[in-house]
Amino acid sequence: MGTASDIKLIDENGLRVDGRSPTELRPIKIETDVLDRADGSAYIEWGGNKIMVAVYGPREAYPKHTQDIEKAIIKARYNMAAFSVDERKRPGPDRRSVEISKVISEALSNAVMVEQFPRAQIDVFIEVLQADAGTRIAGLTAASVALASAGIPMRDLVVGCTAGKIDGQIVLDLGKEEDNFGQADLPMGILSKSGKVVLMQMDGDLSVEEFDKATEMILDAIKRINEIQRQALAGKFISLALERGGE
Amino acid sequence: MPRDEAGVLSEIKRDYIIKKLKEGKRGDGRGLDEFREISIQTNFVPRAAGSAFVKLGRTKIVAGVKIESGEPFPDTPNQGVLTTNVELLPMAFPTFESGPPNENSIEIARVVDRGIRESKMIDLEKLVIEPAKKVYIVFVDINVIDYDGNLIDACTMGVLSALKSAIVPGSKEGGKDFTLPIRNLPVSVTMVKIGDEIVVDPSVEEEQLSSARVTVTISEDGHLRAMQKGDAGSFTLDEIRKAIKISSDTGKLIREKYLQ
Repeated sequence: MGTASDIKLIDENGLRVDGRSPTELRPIKIETDVLDRADGSAYIEWGGNKIMVAVYGPREAYPKHTQDIEKAIIKARYNMAAFSVDERKRPGPDRRSVEISKVISEALSNAVMVEQFPRAQIDVFIEVLQADAGTRIAGLTAASVALASAGIPMRDLVVGCTAGKIDGQIVLDLGKEEDNFGQADLPMGILSKSGKVVLMQMDGDLSVEEFDKATEMILDAIKRINEIQRQALAGKFISLALERGGE
Repeated sequence: MPRDEAGVLSEIKRDYIIKKLKEGKRGDGRGLDEFREISIQTNFVPRAAGSAFVKLGRTKIVAGVKIESGEPFPDTPNQGVLTTNVELLPMAFPTFESGPPNENSIEIARVVDRGIRESKMIDLEKLVIEPAKKVYIVFVDINVIDYDGNLIDACTMGVLSALKSAIVPGSKEGGKDFTLPIRNLPVSVTMVKIGDEIVVDPSVEEEQLSSARVTVTISEDGHLRAMQKGDAGSFTLDEIRKAIKISSDTGKLIREKYLQ
């Protein structure tokens, strides 16, 4: 976690630097089908995060030795644009993005019916255009929508959310200063219907009680975020039905 | 981690492990929350500033520390630097290949690094030579030489032991040599889920049979410092809570017995 500092992250009224309450999410907006070439796509704005996701496939897995005879492999590639952060980031994968790509791929493969596509791969390209803390869970949330919008059979949607600790208090959805100067960060990916945990990372300092409080907050927020995902997809499929002469 | 890459796990072995688990036992006779035998030999490589040779069952790793002076990161001018790297050597497993770190070795290194860093094990503020200009840079390199599962825990123990034994070459900077300022001894406990059971310190065979992995690193005060869920499967929240409990209980024993 970040370095110790004198910055106060919660004011005397219990509000955070951006005026949110401890259990308040930043504004989230999801759009589907924002790209023409990709088989599926989604764009998410989550606070100051702006993230584009494109899905290609299922298509034959390449190189061949990566093929799984029983199921499709999900290959997510999380990438931060050079201009997405304050100091220019050197383009290309670094150790952090390799790790995030791995955990996102593993999380998504729980939601997709991978067993329907043996020997195939499904590519999920997550491009962070502007980063504002919580990019991995915003990317995961949008990736799930992009997969659904590509028409890929799924058993559930993965919803991402973080909780963390700032000024000794557990709060939902850390913003940038909170991420930099807070004491703990707990990003999670949860299947919306079953509530199963498909992504979890944590760093910082949490007691077991604080962990329980953080997960409780996340579970509650998952419902709200999932509703936004569903709305985005409903918008797409309703207009599709209208085009085809539905009522 | 590699799954079935060294040849398919024999069906007989698979059935045996699963049958045993139903009786609350492991294929190799261990209890579900029991580690394999641990042996740690520090100062294995005297040429390094600190080192450790760790055996965790048949998994073997060598961790070495090198300490040099260099520039601090601009955002932490008053702190030394700690970097962790893991090499999965081709000698360790039939399908490990030489070359730049792949996603597996990067994940292991980053999870190990987070556990050590977030527990504030080393007082990095004591590693400053000249603020904002010159600090000590602690390089921890881990070579995996024999792989039989659970590299994250073997590597964390190796890093911890190597750091504990490390000498900072202060005499090169006009001062005195000193031991690294250690404040905390974090222990990571990695568990996998096989069927509905959670077992600690998995062997390669158990890793291959498992659907998901979780690592929980806990510091001496009993607080969570780093966690990582891995592999394609999932956990319920209750299973995660159970894993935290197991890590807390088992980790305490390991710290007392092997790391203090």
